[in-house]
Amino acid sequence: MTVILDEAGIAAALQDMADEIAAELPHGVPIGIIGIRQRGDVLAERLRKHLATKGHADIAFGTLDITLYRDDLAEIGPSAIVRTTEIPFDVEGRYLVLVDDVIYSGRSIRSALAAIIDLGRPKAIRLAVLVNRGGRELPIQPDYVGFDARQEARHIDVKLRERDGAEGVEVGA
Amino acid sequence: MSGVGNPVESARQMAEAAKQQPVTWKHRHLLTLEDLTADEIGLILDTAEAFSDVSKRSVKKVPALRGRVVANLFFEDSTRTRISFTLAAQRLSADVIDFTAKSSSVSKGETLRDTVRNIEAMGVDIIICRHAAAGATHLVAQNVSCSVVNAGDGRHEHPTQGLLDIYTMRQNKGRIDGLKVAVVGDINNSRVARSNLHGLLKLGAEVTFVGPTTLVSRGFEKLGARVVHDFDSVIGEFDVINMLRVQRERISSNVFPSLQEYSRLFGLTNERLNRAKNDVLVMHPGPINRGVEMSGEVADGQRSVILDQVTNGLAVRMAVMFLCKQAGEADS
Repeated sequence: MTVILDEAGIAAALQDMADEIAAELPHGVPIGIIGIRQRGDVLAERLRKHLATKGHADIAFGTLDITLYRDDLAEIGPSAIVRTTEIPFDVEGRYLVLVDDVIYSGRSIRSALAAIIDLGRPKAIRLAVLVNRGGRELPIQPDYVGFDARQEARHIDVKLRERDGAEGVEVGA
Repeated sequence: MSGVGNPVESARQMAEAAKQQPVTWKHRHLLTLEDLTADEIGLILDTAEAFSDVSKRSVKKVPALRGRVVANLFFEDSTRTRISFTLAAQRLSADVIDFTAKSSSVSKGETLRDTVRNIEAMGVDIIICRHAAAGATHLVAQNVSCSVVNAGDGRHEHPTQGLLDIYTMRQNKGRIDGLKVAVVGDINNSRVARSNLHGLLKLGAEVTFVGPTTLVSRGFEKLGARVVHDFDSVIGEFDVINMLRVQRERISSNVFPSLQEYSRLFGLTNERLNRAKNDVLVMHPGPINRGVEMSGEVADGQRSVILDQVTNGLAVRMAVMFLCKQAGEADS
Protein backbone atom coordinates (compact mmCIF):
# COMPACT_ATOMS: atom_id res chain seq x y z
CA MET A 1 0.00 0.00 0.00
CA THR A 2 1.30 3.44 -0.94
CA VAL A 3 0.01 6.59 0.70
CA ILE A 4 -1.01 9.17 -1.87
CA LEU A 5 -2.67 11.62 0.54
CA ASP A 6 -1.97 11.84 4.26
CA GLU A 7 -4.05 13.78 6.77
CA ALA A 8 -2.49 17.12 5.81
CA GLY A 9 -2.86 16.25 2.13
CA ILE A 10 -6.58 15.56 2.52
CA ALA A 11 -7.03 18.80 4.46
CA ALA A 12 -5.24 20.81 1.78
CA ALA A 13 -7.18 19.12 -1.02
CA LEU A 14 -10.50 19.88 0.66
CA GLN A 15 -9.45 23.48 1.26
CA ASP A 16 -8.67 23.89 -2.45
CA MET A 17 -11.93 22.22 -3.46
CA ALA A 18 -13.86 24.51 -1.13
CA ASP A 19 -12.18 27.53 -2.73
CA GLU A 20 -13.12 26.36 -6.22
CA ILE A 21 -16.69 25.51 -5.19
CA ALA A 22 -17.11 28.88 -3.44
CA ALA A 23 -15.85 30.76 -6.50
CA GLU A 24 -18.58 29.23 -8.64
CA LEU A 25 -21.53 29.34 -6.26
CA PRO A 26 -24.38 31.23 -7.87
CA HIS A 27 -25.96 34.24 -6.22
CA GLY A 28 -29.60 34.41 -5.26
CA VAL A 29 -30.16 30.66 -5.47
CA PRO A 30 -30.56 28.39 -2.45
CA ILE A 31 -27.57 26.06 -2.09
CA GLY A 32 -27.28 22.55 -0.72
CA ILE A 33 -24.47 20.08 -0.23
CA ILE A 34 -25.21 16.35 -0.26
CA GLY A 35 -22.75 13.63 0.71
CA ILE A 36 -23.08 10.04 -0.44
CA ARG A 37 -22.89 7.63 2.46
CA GLN A 38 -20.57 6.24 3.94
CA ARG A 39 -17.66 8.65 3.27
CA GLY A 40 -18.98 11.31 0.95
CA ASP A 41 -21.16 12.52 3.81
CA VAL A 42 -18.08 13.00 6.00
CA LEU A 43 -16.32 14.96 3.25
CA ALA A 44 -19.46 16.97 2.53
CA GLU A 45 -19.65 18.04 6.16
CA ARG A 46 -16.00 19.15 6.08
CA LEU A 47 -16.59 21.08 2.86
CA ARG A 48 -19.68 22.69 4.37
CA LYS A 49 -17.57 23.96 7.29
CA HIS A 50 -14.95 25.39 4.94
CA LEU A 51 -17.66 27.11 2.91
CA ALA A 52 -19.23 28.50 6.07
CA THR A 53 -15.94 30.17 7.01
CA LYS A 54 -15.87 31.74 3.55
CA GLY A 55 -19.16 33.48 4.18
CA HIS A 56 -21.52 30.78 2.90
CA ALA A 57 -23.18 29.96 6.18
CA ASP A 58 -26.63 29.15 4.85
CA ILE A 59 -25.84 25.99 2.85
CA ALA A 60 -28.28 23.18 3.52
CA PHE A 61 -26.74 19.80 4.32
CA GLY A 62 -27.92 16.31 3.50
CA THR A 63 -26.75 12.72 3.35
CA LEU A 64 -27.77 10.27 0.67
CA ASP A 65 -27.88 6.47 0.74
CA ILE A 66 -27.89 5.15 -2.81
CA THR A 67 -28.42 1.44 -2.08
CA LEU A 68 -31.98 1.31 -3.43
CA TYR A 69 -30.87 2.95 -6.67
CA ARG A 70 -27.87 0.73 -7.38
CA ASP A 71 -27.88 -1.11 -10.70
CA ASP A 72 -26.11 -4.13 -9.22
CA LEU A 73 -28.57 -4.99 -6.45
CA ALA A 74 -29.13 -8.41 -7.97
CA GLU A 75 -25.40 -9.19 -7.80
CA ILE A 76 -24.66 -7.92 -4.32
CA GLY A 77 -27.51 -9.84 -2.64
CA PRO A 78 -27.71 -9.68 1.15
CA SER A 79 -24.70 -7.41 1.51
CA ALA A 80 -26.93 -4.54 0.40
CA ILE A 81 -27.49 -2.54 3.55
CA VAL A 82 -30.04 0.22 3.35
CA ARG A 83 -29.19 3.23 5.47
CA THR A 84 -31.19 6.36 6.00
CA THR A 85 -31.20 9.22 3.54
CA GLU A 86 -31.50 12.55 5.32
CA ILE A 87 -32.12 15.47 3.03
CA PRO A 88 -34.10 17.85 5.26
CA PHE A 89 -34.63 20.48 2.57
CA ASP A 90 -36.40 20.91 -0.74
CA VAL A 91 -34.06 20.20 -3.66
CA GLU A 92 -36.45 21.91 -6.09
CA GLY A 93 -34.71 24.86 -7.71
CA ARG A 94 -31.64 24.46 -5.53
CA TYR A 95 -27.98 24.48 -6.61
CA LEU A 96 -26.55 21.23 -5.27
CA VAL A 97 -23.01 20.07 -4.71
CA LEU A 98 -22.87 16.27 -4.59
CA VAL A 99 -19.86 14.84 -2.74
CA ASP A 100 -18.25 11.40 -2.78
CA ASP A 101 -14.87 10.03 -1.78
CA VAL A 102 -13.81 8.31 -5.03
CA ILE A 103 -15.27 8.35 -8.50
CA TYR A 104 -14.43 5.19 -10.41
CA SER A 105 -17.01 3.53 -12.68
CA GLY A 106 -19.43 6.43 -12.29
CA ARG A 107 -22.24 4.09 -11.33
CA SER A 108 -22.57 5.31 -7.77
CA ILE A 109 -22.95 8.83 -9.06
CA ARG A 110 -25.57 7.72 -11.58
CA SER A 111 -27.49 6.13 -8.69
CA ALA A 112 -27.13 9.29 -6.64
CA LEU A 113 -28.39 11.47 -9.49
CA ALA A 114 -31.43 9.22 -9.95
CA ALA A 115 -32.14 9.36 -6.20
CA ILE A 116 -31.86 13.16 -6.08
CA ILE A 117 -34.04 13.66 -9.14
CA ASP A 118 -36.75 11.57 -7.47
CA LEU A 119 -36.78 14.23 -4.75
CA GLY A 120 -37.34 17.13 -7.11
CA ARG A 121 -35.75 19.20 -9.86
CA PRO A 122 -32.61 20.96 -8.70
CA LYS A 123 -31.39 24.08 -10.47
CA ALA A 124 -28.04 22.35 -11.07
CA ILE A 125 -25.94 19.56 -9.64
CA ARG A 126 -22.16 19.76 -9.40
CA LEU A 127 -19.96 16.83 -8.42
CA ALA A 128 -17.04 17.04 -6.00
CA VAL A 129 -14.83 14.01 -5.30
CA LEU A 130 -11.73 13.65 -3.18
CA VAL A 131 -10.10 11.23 -5.62
CA ASN A 132 -10.72 10.90 -9.35
CA ARG A 133 -9.80 7.38 -10.39
CA GLY A 134 -9.93 6.26 -14.02
CA GLY A 135 -12.10 3.44 -15.25
CA ARG A 136 -15.35 5.21 -16.03
CA GLU A 137 -18.17 3.05 -17.39
CA LEU A 138 -20.61 5.93 -17.77
CA PRO A 139 -20.23 9.44 -19.20
CA ILE A 140 -20.10 11.15 -15.81
CA GLN A 141 -17.25 13.46 -14.78
CA PRO A 142 -16.50 15.40 -11.59
CA ASP A 143 -16.47 19.20 -11.47
CA TYR A 144 -14.17 19.46 -8.45
CA VAL A 145 -11.37 16.99 -7.74
CA GLY A 146 -9.10 16.84 -4.70
CA PHE A 147 -6.58 14.42 -6.14
CA ASP A 148 -6.21 13.21 -9.70
CA ALA A 149 -5.46 9.48 -9.87
CA ARG A 150 -6.72 8.79 -13.36
CA GLN A 151 -3.45 7.08 -14.26
CA GLU A 152 -3.67 4.83 -11.22
CA ALA A 153 -4.70 1.30 -12.14
CA ARG A 154 -4.60 0.00 -8.59
CA HIS A 155 -7.40 0.23 -6.09
CA ILE A 156 -7.86 3.24 -3.92
CA ASP A 157 -8.68 3.09 -0.25
CA VAL A 158 -9.94 6.18 1.54
CA LYS A 159 -9.99 6.36 5.32
CA LEU A 160 -11.59 9.22 7.19
CA ARG A 161 -11.27 9.80 10.90
CA GLU A 162 -15.00 10.19 11.59
CA ARG A 163 -15.82 6.93 9.80
CA ASP A 164 -12.72 4.77 10.05
CA GLY A 165 -10.77 6.11 12.99
CA ALA A 166 -7.81 6.78 10.68
CA GLU A 167 -7.11 9.29 7.95
CA GLY A 168 -5.43 8.89 4.57
CA VAL A 169 -5.75 7.80 0.95
CA GLU A 170 -3.76 4.76 -0.16
CA VAL A 171 -3.39 2.83 -3.37
CA GLY A 172 -3.63 -0.90 -2.90
CA ALA A 173 -1.71 -3.87 -4.21
CA MET B 1 -17.89 4.24 -3.93
CA SER B 2 -17.81 1.10 -5.93
CA GLY B 3 -18.79 0.00 -9.34
CA VAL B 4 -19.35 -3.50 -10.54
CA GLY B 5 -16.30 -5.75 -10.61
CA ASN B 6 -14.08 -3.81 -8.29
CA PRO B 7 -12.87 -6.42 -5.81
CA VAL B 8 -11.15 -4.13 -3.39
CA GLU B 9 -14.08 -1.76 -3.27
CA SER B 10 -16.51 -4.60 -2.67
CA ALA B 11 -14.20 -6.17 -0.12
CA ARG B 12 -13.97 -2.84 1.61
CA GLN B 13 -17.71 -2.47 1.64
CA MET B 14 -18.15 -5.96 2.96
CA ALA B 15 -15.60 -5.37 5.71
CA GLU B 16 -17.36 -2.14 6.51
CA ALA B 17 -20.70 -3.89 6.58
CA ALA B 18 -19.27 -6.54 8.87
CA LYS B 19 -17.92 -3.88 11.18
CA GLN B 20 -20.92 -1.63 11.31
CA GLN B 21 -23.72 -4.06 10.81
CA PRO B 22 -22.49 -7.49 11.83
CA VAL B 23 -25.69 -9.16 10.74
CA THR B 24 -26.85 -9.74 7.20
CA TRP B 25 -30.23 -11.08 6.17
CA LYS B 26 -29.94 -14.60 4.78
CA HIS B 27 -33.58 -15.69 4.60
CA ARG B 28 -35.43 -15.95 1.34
CA HIS B 29 -38.71 -16.17 3.27
CA LEU B 30 -40.22 -14.48 6.29
CA LEU B 31 -42.54 -17.01 7.89
CA THR B 32 -42.23 -16.44 11.64
CA LEU B 33 -40.53 -14.21 14.16
CA GLU B 34 -39.93 -17.24 16.35
CA ASP B 35 -37.17 -18.43 14.00
CA LEU B 36 -35.30 -15.11 13.87
CA THR B 37 -32.48 -13.86 16.06
CA ALA B 38 -32.60 -10.55 17.90
CA ASP B 39 -30.02 -9.18 15.46
CA GLU B 40 -32.09 -10.17 12.46
CA ILE B 41 -35.17 -8.49 13.88
CA GLY B 42 -33.04 -5.44 14.61
CA LEU B 43 -31.83 -5.41 11.00
CA ILE B 44 -35.40 -5.42 9.69
CA LEU B 45 -36.31 -2.53 12.00
CA ASP B 46 -33.24 -0.52 10.96
CA THR B 47 -33.92 -1.18 7.29
CA ALA B 48 -37.55 -0.15 7.78
CA GLU B 49 -36.36 3.10 9.28
CA ALA B 50 -34.39 3.80 6.12
CA PHE B 51 -37.49 3.03 4.04
CA SER B 52 -39.80 5.22 6.12
CA ASP B 53 -38.64 8.36 4.34
CA VAL B 54 -39.74 7.06 0.95
CA SER B 55 -43.37 7.59 1.94
CA LYS B 56 -42.68 11.22 2.79
CA ARG B 57 -41.25 12.24 -0.58
CA SER B 58 -42.94 13.77 -3.56
CA VAL B 59 -42.07 10.68 -5.63
CA LYS B 60 -43.08 7.88 -3.25
CA LYS B 61 -41.10 5.23 -5.08
CA VAL B 62 -37.63 3.76 -5.19
CA PRO B 63 -36.47 1.43 -7.96
CA ALA B 64 -35.26 -1.40 -5.72
CA LEU B 65 -37.79 -4.00 -6.97
CA ARG B 66 -38.26 -2.68 -10.47
CA GLY B 67 -39.16 -5.45 -12.89
CA ARG B 68 -40.11 -7.82 -10.03
CA VAL B 69 -43.55 -9.26 -9.49
CA VAL B 70 -45.23 -9.56 -6.10
CA ALA B 71 -48.29 -11.81 -5.85
CA ASN B 72 -50.79 -11.30 -3.07
CA LEU B 73 -52.17 -14.74 -2.35
CA PHE B 74 -54.89 -14.30 0.23
CA PHE B 75 -56.91 -17.39 1.08
CA GLU B 76 -58.51 -15.49 3.94
CA ASP B 77 -60.20 -12.12 3.79
CA SER B 78 -58.11 -9.10 4.48
CA THR B 79 -58.30 -5.57 3.25
CA ARG B 80 -55.78 -3.52 5.11
CA THR B 81 -52.94 -6.04 5.15
CA ARG B 82 -53.33 -6.65 1.45
CA ILE B 83 -53.45 -2.93 0.69
CA SER B 84 -50.43 -2.34 2.88
CA PHE B 85 -48.41 -5.03 1.11
CA THR B 86 -49.59 -3.76 -2.28
CA LEU B 87 -48.55 -0.18 -1.56
CA ALA B 88 -45.26 -1.31 -0.06
CA ALA B 89 -44.50 -3.35 -3.19
CA GLN B 90 -45.49 -0.47 -5.44
CA ARG B 91 -43.23 1.91 -3.54
CA LEU B 92 -40.40 -0.47 -4.34
CA SER B 93 -41.48 -0.27 -8.02
CA ALA B 94 -42.62 -3.90 -8.17
CA ASP B 95 -45.63 -5.04 -10.20
CA VAL B 96 -48.40 -6.49 -8.04
CA ILE B 97 -51.01 -9.10 -8.83
CA ASP B 98 -53.85 -10.11 -6.55
CA PHE B 99 -55.07 -13.63 -6.14
CA THR B 100 -57.93 -14.14 -3.73
CA ALA B 101 -59.54 -17.44 -3.02
CA LYS B 102 -61.98 -18.75 -0.51
CA SER B 103 -60.25 -21.17 1.76
CA SER B 104 -62.87 -23.79 0.96
CA SER B 105 -61.59 -24.18 -2.58
CA VAL B 106 -58.07 -24.83 -1.43
CA SER B 107 -58.74 -27.04 1.52
CA LYS B 108 -56.26 -29.75 0.65
CA GLY B 109 -52.49 -29.42 0.85
CA GLU B 110 -52.14 -30.86 -2.63
CA THR B 111 -54.32 -28.14 -4.10
CA LEU B 112 -52.49 -25.36 -2.28
CA ARG B 113 -49.23 -26.77 -3.58
CA ASP B 114 -50.51 -26.77 -7.14
CA THR B 115 -51.93 -23.28 -6.81
CA VAL B 116 -48.69 -21.75 -5.67
CA ARG B 117 -46.59 -23.63 -8.20
CA ASN B 118 -48.84 -22.33 -10.94
CA ILE B 119 -48.54 -18.81 -9.68
CA GLU B 120 -44.80 -19.11 -9.44
CA ALA B 121 -44.65 -20.47 -12.98
CA MET B 122 -45.99 -17.13 -14.20
CA GLY B 123 -42.75 -15.53 -13.07
CA VAL B 124 -43.56 -14.26 -9.61
CA ASP B 125 -40.65 -13.18 -7.38
CA ILE B 126 -42.38 -12.78 -4.02
CA ILE B 127 -45.57 -14.42 -2.78
CA ILE B 128 -47.40 -12.71 0.07
CA CYS B 129 -49.54 -15.44 1.60
CA ARG B 130 -52.39 -15.40 4.07
CA HIS B 131 -54.15 -18.59 4.95
CA ALA B 132 -56.58 -19.77 7.63
CA ALA B 133 -54.45 -22.81 8.44
CA ALA B 134 -51.41 -22.52 10.69
CA GLY B 135 -48.31 -23.65 8.83
CA ALA B 136 -49.80 -23.11 5.37
CA THR B 137 -47.18 -20.54 4.45
CA HIS B 138 -44.44 -23.01 5.38
CA LEU B 139 -45.99 -25.47 2.98
CA VAL B 140 -46.05 -22.79 0.29
CA ALA B 141 -42.40 -21.91 0.96
CA GLN B 142 -41.37 -25.55 0.65
CA ASN B 143 -42.92 -25.78 -2.78
CA VAL B 144 -41.64 -22.70 -4.53
CA SER B 145 -38.24 -21.23 -5.22
CA CYS B 146 -39.36 -17.61 -5.00
CA SER B 147 -39.63 -15.68 -1.73
CA VAL B 148 -42.64 -16.16 0.54
CA VAL B 149 -43.80 -13.69 3.16
CA ASN B 150 -46.33 -14.84 5.73
CA ALA B 151 -49.21 -12.36 5.99
CA GLY B 152 -50.92 -14.42 8.67
CA ASP B 153 -51.37 -18.18 8.94
CA GLY B 154 -54.25 -19.30 11.11
CA ARG B 155 -53.56 -18.66 14.77
CA HIS B 156 -49.84 -19.23 14.28
CA GLU B 157 -48.02 -16.02 13.32
CA HIS B 158 -48.41 -12.69 11.55
CA PRO B 159 -44.77 -11.63 11.49
CA THR B 160 -45.08 -8.29 9.69
CA GLN B 161 -47.77 -7.19 12.16
CA GLY B 162 -45.47 -8.17 15.03
CA LEU B 163 -42.63 -6.24 13.40
CA LEU B 164 -44.66 -3.10 12.82
CA ASP B 165 -45.91 -3.23 16.41
CA ILE B 166 -42.34 -3.54 17.67
CA TYR B 167 -41.16 -0.82 15.28
CA THR B 168 -43.85 1.53 16.60
CA MET B 169 -42.87 0.75 20.20
CA ARG B 170 -39.21 1.42 19.45
CA GLN B 171 -40.06 4.62 17.59
CA ASN B 172 -42.01 5.97 20.55
CA LYS B 173 -40.05 4.56 23.49
CA GLY B 174 -36.56 4.57 21.99
CA ARG B 175 -35.93 0.98 23.03
CA ILE B 176 -37.48 -2.45 23.40
CA ASP B 177 -35.15 -3.92 26.01
CA GLY B 178 -36.83 -3.75 29.41
CA LEU B 179 -40.22 -2.53 28.11
CA LYS B 180 -43.26 -3.98 29.82
CA VAL B 181 -45.84 -4.82 27.20
CA ALA B 182 -49.39 -6.08 27.72
CA VAL B 183 -51.28 -7.82 24.95
CA VAL B 184 -54.95 -7.91 25.84
CA GLY B 185 -57.78 -9.98 24.39
CA ASP B 186 -58.38 -13.29 22.67
CA ILE B 187 -54.79 -14.48 22.90
CA ASN B 188 -55.55 -18.14 22.21
CA ASN B 189 -56.79 -17.37 18.72
CA SER B 190 -54.38 -14.57 17.94
CA ARG B 191 -51.44 -14.81 15.56
CA VAL B 192 -50.69 -11.17 16.33
CA ALA B 193 -50.18 -12.05 20.00
CA ARG B 194 -47.78 -14.87 19.12
CA SER B 195 -45.69 -12.74 16.77
CA ASN B 196 -45.58 -9.95 19.36
CA LEU B 197 -44.49 -12.44 22.00
CA HIS B 198 -41.66 -14.00 20.01
CA GLY B 199 -40.30 -10.72 18.69
CA LEU B 200 -40.56 -8.80 21.93
CA LEU B 201 -38.99 -11.51 24.08
CA LYS B 202 -36.00 -11.76 21.76
CA LEU B 203 -35.43 -8.03 22.04
CA GLY B 204 -35.62 -8.12 25.83
CA ALA B 205 -39.14 -6.89 26.59
CA GLU B 206 -41.44 -8.46 29.18
CA VAL B 207 -44.72 -9.64 27.73
CA THR B 208 -47.94 -10.10 29.70
CA PHE B 209 -50.96 -11.72 28.11
CA VAL B 210 -54.21 -10.43 29.60
CA GLY B 211 -57.72 -11.78 29.08
CA PRO B 212 -60.36 -14.11 30.45
CA THR B 213 -59.28 -17.64 31.39
CA THR B 214 -61.12 -19.06 28.40
CA LEU B 215 -59.15 -16.90 25.97
CA VAL B 216 -55.69 -16.88 27.56
CA SER B 217 -54.23 -20.29 28.32
CA ARG B 218 -51.66 -20.83 31.03
CA GLY B 219 -49.69 -22.70 28.38
CA PHE B 220 -48.28 -19.40 27.14
CA GLU B 221 -46.16 -19.27 30.30
CA LYS B 222 -44.05 -22.03 28.76
CA LEU B 223 -43.31 -19.70 25.84
CA GLY B 224 -42.14 -16.98 28.21
CA ALA B 225 -45.25 -14.84 28.64
CA ARG B 226 -46.79 -13.84 31.93
CA VAL B 227 -50.49 -14.71 31.99
CA VAL B 228 -52.91 -12.49 33.92
CA HIS B 229 -56.70 -12.71 33.99
CA ASP B 230 -57.40 -9.55 35.99
CA PHE B 231 -56.54 -6.50 33.88
CA ASP B 232 -57.19 -3.93 36.62
CA SER B 233 -54.73 -5.55 39.00
CA VAL B 234 -51.80 -5.01 36.63
CA ILE B 235 -52.72 -2.09 34.35
CA GLY B 236 -50.41 0.35 36.14
CA GLU B 237 -47.30 -1.64 35.22
CA PHE B 238 -47.16 -1.32 31.47
CA ASP B 239 -45.27 0.88 29.03
CA VAL B 240 -47.34 -0.44 26.13
CA ILE B 241 -50.86 -1.85 25.97
CA ASN B 242 -51.63 -3.65 22.73
CA MET B 243 -55.37 -4.31 22.51
CA LEU B 244 -56.50 -7.11 20.23
CA ARG B 245 -59.69 -7.02 18.23
CA VAL B 246 -62.62 -8.93 19.65
CA GLN B 247 -63.42 -11.42 16.95
CA ARG B 248 -67.16 -11.03 16.91
CA GLU B 249 -67.65 -14.30 15.11
CA ARG B 250 -66.45 -16.05 18.23
CA ILE B 251 -68.76 -14.25 20.63
CA SER B 252 -71.57 -16.76 20.38
CA SER B 253 -69.26 -19.62 21.30
CA ASN B 254 -69.13 -20.60 24.92
CA VAL B 255 -65.50 -19.61 25.43
CA PHE B 256 -66.45 -16.00 25.03
CA PRO B 257 -68.27 -14.04 27.72
CA SER B 258 -70.95 -11.56 26.70
CA LEU B 259 -69.79 -8.42 24.95
CA GLN B 260 -70.85 -6.30 27.92
CA GLU B 261 -69.00 -8.47 30.38
CA TYR B 262 -65.87 -8.55 28.23
CA SER B 263 -65.99 -4.83 27.74
CA ARG B 264 -66.48 -4.19 31.46
CA LEU B 265 -63.50 -6.34 32.48
CA PHE B 266 -61.07 -5.83 29.61
CA GLY B 267 -62.24 -2.89 27.52
CA LEU B 268 -59.86 0.06 27.46
CA THR B 269 -61.81 3.13 28.50
CA ASN B 270 -60.51 6.51 29.63
CA GLU B 271 -61.50 5.55 33.17
CA ARG B 272 -59.32 2.44 33.03
CA LEU B 273 -56.53 4.19 31.14
CA ASN B 274 -56.29 6.77 33.93
CA ARG B 275 -54.85 4.04 36.10
CA ALA B 276 -52.14 3.22 33.57
CA LYS B 277 -48.78 4.98 33.36
CA ASN B 278 -48.99 8.54 32.07
CA ASP B 279 -46.85 7.77 29.04
CA VAL B 280 -48.35 4.38 28.19
CA LEU B 281 -48.66 3.66 24.46
CA VAL B 282 -52.03 2.36 23.30
CA MET B 283 -51.92 0.11 20.26
CA HIS B 284 -54.36 -1.94 18.21
CA PRO B 285 -53.80 -3.97 15.05
CA GLY B 286 -57.19 -2.93 13.65
CA PRO B 287 -59.94 -3.00 12.73
CA ILE B 288 -61.24 -1.58 16.01
CA ASN B 289 -64.59 -2.46 17.50
CA ARG B 290 -65.22 0.89 19.14
CA GLY B 291 -66.95 0.46 22.45
CA VAL B 292 -65.96 -3.18 22.78
CA GLU B 293 -62.24 -3.67 23.32
CA MET B 294 -61.58 0.05 23.30
CA SER B 295 -63.62 3.22 23.64
CA GLY B 296 -63.60 5.73 20.83
CA GLU B 297 -62.01 8.35 23.08
CA VAL B 298 -59.08 6.05 23.80
CA ALA B 299 -58.66 5.05 20.16
CA ASP B 300 -58.49 8.71 19.14
CA GLY B 301 -56.74 9.83 22.31
CA GLN B 302 -53.28 11.21 22.97
CA ARG B 303 -51.74 7.91 23.91
CA SER B 304 -52.99 6.08 20.85
CA VAL B 305 -50.44 5.31 18.14
CA ILE B 306 -52.84 3.20 16.12
CA LEU B 307 -52.49 5.22 12.91
CA ASP B 308 -48.70 5.31 13.33
CA GLN B 309 -48.85 1.53 13.29
CA VAL B 310 -50.58 1.63 9.91
CA THR B 311 -48.01 4.06 8.51
CA ASN B 312 -45.11 2.05 9.90
CA GLY B 313 -46.54 -1.12 8.40
CA LEU B 314 -45.63 0.15 4.95
CA ALA B 315 -41.99 0.76 5.83
CA VAL B 316 -41.71 -2.59 7.60
CA ARG B 317 -43.22 -4.47 4.65
CA MET B 318 -40.94 -2.66 2.21
CA ALA B 319 -37.96 -3.69 4.31
CA VAL B 320 -39.10 -7.30 4.54
CA MET B 321 -39.73 -7.65 0.80
CA PHE B 322 -36.44 -5.96 -0.05
CA LEU B 323 -34.38 -8.10 2.34
CA CYS B 324 -36.03 -11.38 1.30
CA LYS B 325 -35.56 -10.53 -2.38
CA GLN B 326 -31.88 -9.71 -1.85
CA ALA B 327 -31.31 -12.97 0.05
CA GLY B 328 -33.19 -14.94 -2.61
CA GLU B 329 -30.89 -13.57 -5.28
CA ALA B 330 -27.87 -14.76 -3.36
CA ASP B 331 -29.40 -18.27 -3.20
CA SER B 332 -30.17 -18.61 -6.84
